[in-house]
Amino acid sequence: MLVFLNHLINGVSLGSVYAIIALGYTMVYGIAKMLNFAHGDVIMVGAYVCFFAVSSYNLPPLVGVALAAAVCTALGILIERLAYKPLRQASSLAVLITAIGVSYLLQNGAQILWSSNIKMFPAFFSSQPIALFGGELKITIAAIVTVLACVVIMAALVWFTGRTKMGKAMRACSEDKAAAQLMGINVNATISMTFAIGSALAAIAGVLFCSAYPILTPTTGAMPGIKAFTAAVFGGIGSIPGALLGGVLLGMIEIFASAYISTQLSNAIVFAVLIVVLLVRPTGLLGKQVREKV
Amino acid sequence: MAMLEVENIHVYYGSIHAVKGVSFQVNEGEIVTLIGANGAGKSTVLNTVSGLLHPRTGSVRFMDQDLKGVAPHKVVERGLAQVPEGRRIFLQMTVEENLEMGAYTQPGSAVAPGMEDVYKRFPRLEERRRQVAGTLSGGEQQMLAMGRALMSRPKLLMLDEPSMGLAPLLVEQIFDIIRELHAAGTTILLVEQNAQAALSVADRAYVLETGRISLSGTGAELMASDQVRRAYLGG
Ligand SMILES: Nc1ncnc2c1ncn2[C@@H]1O[C@H](COP(=O)(O)OP(=O)(O)O)[C@@H](O)[C@H]1O
Ligand SMILES: [Mg+2]
Repeated sequence: MLVFLNHLINGVSLGSVYAIIALGYTMVYGIAKMLNFAHGDVIMVGAYVCFFAVSSYNLPPLVGVALAAAVCTALGILIERLAYKPLRQASSLAVLITAIGVSYLLQNGAQILWSSNIKMFPAFFSSQPIALFGGELKITIAAIVTVLACVVIMAALVWFTGRTKMGKAMRACSEDKAAAQLMGINVNATISMTFAIGSALAAIAGVLFCSAYPILTPTTGAMPGIKAFTAAVFGGIGSIPGALLGGVLLGMIEIFASAYISTQLSNAIVFAVLIVVLLVRPTGLLGKQVREKV
Repeated sequence: MAMLEVENIHVYYGSIHAVKGVSFQVNEGEIVTLIGANGAGKSTVLNTVSGLLHPRTGSVRFMDQDLKGVAPHKVVERGLAQVPEGRRIFLQMTVEENLEMGAYTQPGSAVAPGMEDVYKRFPRLEERRRQVAGTLSGGEQQMLAMGRALMSRPKLLMLDEPSMGLAPLLVEQIFDIIRELHAAGTTILLVEQNAQAALSVADRAYVLETGRISLSGTGAELMASDQVRRAYLGG
């Protein structure tokens, strides 16, 4: 039972990281109707920025996270402006290929700047877990912080999209861009804002991910990126609660599959579950039916 | 004084020449209607005025200023609102949120009084203010689309086929509201296929046929014109 609880905690914690990344995918998809495959690599950039801030410049971890978020925000806006905005009217296939290109550009750029040697991400949290039930149930500080961060981010986003003028404008744009423009909403600024938020979240996710799996290389972002993308589709792409649900479920499935079935097969099982879900519900767990424009 | 002056605009969709040299004007305080069959280019004209489409040649002037290169969201700031064809309300947002979006260009302090005015004109919307707009009936959606546009306190309100898809009783109601808005001082550019109803409220009218204006005059003149009777009024 306690072993199960341990796995559950690990699953929810990993899933929280996926959820934070998935939020970026899903928000960008909601508004720009594109899959930003470079999103995973923004995670990696965030992790490197934080790594250098803390390891090379001896800045406090929180400052490192803030710096990473700032750099990734700027990077996200830049990627949208330079790579995606010129393709606003282009076919979705062209945009997809561009996004894959941006992904490789970031990976290769990181290789040139920081080499492909492994960097050991510093431990921000005490490696001494909190032990309960005479040490049989261990909860790491990193896991607690990760889950808390996910809850806070989620609450902030729900408040932002539900209560603020900018957040509502974002929802309006994701429903109907032309109508939003007729309301006086600057659609380009709104899209930039979405990329900015998604990328800042990616930076935070990068730091949290590397706190749990401290091996940092230029391809560090690729796997969690793909998993989070899967989580976003799983939960229903475009849906913010869907990203949370998809992320957490995915993290749990992955941890349980590797604990109880097979470590080697855990990724395959994750994707098998995704395929089954999409067969039953093509729009994902909380996805909305796509409305045809008149 | 001409509030809106459209001069010889040509608008293309790629290689399709949809609007072929259209000129017209709307003076302050008028209701002007643009009537024409499906595909005549009416929506294209309105979207060009709103800045969503760009004329290849020709100009659009609003309040004595050229709108060339002015982004659509800036056009709204200048006092020009459009109720688009098919309503295009935000179906997943509540009635109240839709109205808030209509007031996007307005200072926060203007939202509550604006909403009060809209609710006074459309009491049905107030009853449904917390409801998601997708659950409204067609007539209510049209009212919401109009209320939403009014939230920006436009100097000129452009309506694209507000009667489309509505039952006759609702059409009448919508046209009553158009009259009321006009009486309250709003200048209106009304696009319609329902020529009968449109001509009966309009001060002046233009007939658009395959991208060109074929006829113009006062509402009464066009109502009496043989050409209009034959083509749009069923005899
Ligand atoms: N997005 C578009 N792409 C290509 N052609 C279009 C598009 N929208 C409208 N058209 C064409 O332009 C012409 C005018 O259309 P429109 O302005 O919508 O007419 P109306 O509003 O009078 O029904 C039509 O022939 C229509 O087929
Ligand atoms: Mg039309």
